[in-house]
Amino acid sequence: MTANPWVRPYVLTGGRTRGRTHLLVHTVISGRRYDAAFAERLLPEARALYERAHATSESVAELSAHCGVSLGVTRVLLADLAAGDRIAIAAEGTSPYDRNVLERVIDGLRELA
Amino acid sequence: MVYASSPDPSGRGPSPGVPERRPGRAGPPGPPRAPGPRTSVKIVVAGGFGVGKTTLVEAISEIPPVNTEAWMTQAARTVDPLGDAEGKTTTTVAMDFGRVTLASDLVLYLFGTPGQPRFWPMWDDLCRGASGAVILVDTRRLDVSFAAVNYFENDSDVPFIVAVNLFDGRQTHRLPQIREALRLDADVPLTTCDARDRGSVVQVLTETLAHTLDRTAGRGTGPLTGTAGRRTDPLAAR
Repeated sequence: MTANPWVRPYVLTGGRTRGRTHLLVHTVISGRRYDAAFAERLLPEARALYERAHATSESVAELSAHCGVSLGVTRVLLADLAAGDRIAIAAEGTSPYDRNVLERVIDGLRELA
Repeated sequence: MVYASSPDPSGRGPSPGVPERRPGRAGPPGPPRAPGPRTSVKIVVAGGFGVGKTTLVEAISEIPPVNTEAWMTQAARTVDPLGDAEGKTTTTVAMDFGRVTLASDLVLYLFGTPGQPRFWPMWDDLCRGASGAVILVDTRRLDVSFAAVNYFENDSDVPFIVAVNLFDGRQTHRLPQIREALRLDADVPLTTCDARDRGSVVQVLTETLAHTLDRTAGRGTGPLTGTAGRRTDPLAAR
């Protein structure tokens, strides 16, 4: 979908520019149990994000780009969905300098070369 | 609402190169997947406009670099990347990013910074939670990357390295010259790469993370500040 040019972006979030949790652009979101009736009740933007999160395991930035919802709005809507336990936020709180993780990334990259 | 409409004729939507897997309107979007916990790691690719950031991402990403203008309001007008004086309030921001899946539970994201100076405030957001950064420089236009070097030396805690993108595979200046011209602190690794070449990009990314491991070894991550002098571009006078 693409953003609706007739709706000011933050109308979709009730004027909020920050979500309950601050999601990083690379935080991976995945679905919980898919609830079609719940999806029906969502506004189109939230619904697109909700459905895509269940179809893929993607970062906040990817969901924003693929659903055509601006990043700021995406963050607020995803935080709402997570607060209602509708989607899962992966690996929250992991340090970006976690040595085990970085060493695994280095090993994984070398295999690609 | 335009949710189920056909592709946006205005061209303002997701870039055409992005495979659209639109969630089906009718029926549930496929079977539930294994909810494997996923760890994502982010490396920021910085540098001035046109130094090869997108090329670098493209060389290794498993998805076409996603170019999204989603950062600010979609209602805003697109601004010419090379500058448009009236663009101060109506900006859309292009950011490129790519993805490399390394294991079923581990994915690396590369985020290119918006090169245009007026988007620097967004660098903070982009850099939050990053494991490292690569500043790409082009020796023919060293000055376009000064701002990125300043940013990572003074305004960010993210460990970074500098990579000279060898356009045409030719190294026109020796690294000590470039280090001097950039006023790079001695402890910032400086390397060369070919942003088009996957192996070379892998090398740069592993160096970046190895540097992060060095910088953060055995301690927390204190502020990494620099005392860089004013940068000028002695190479530009060639």
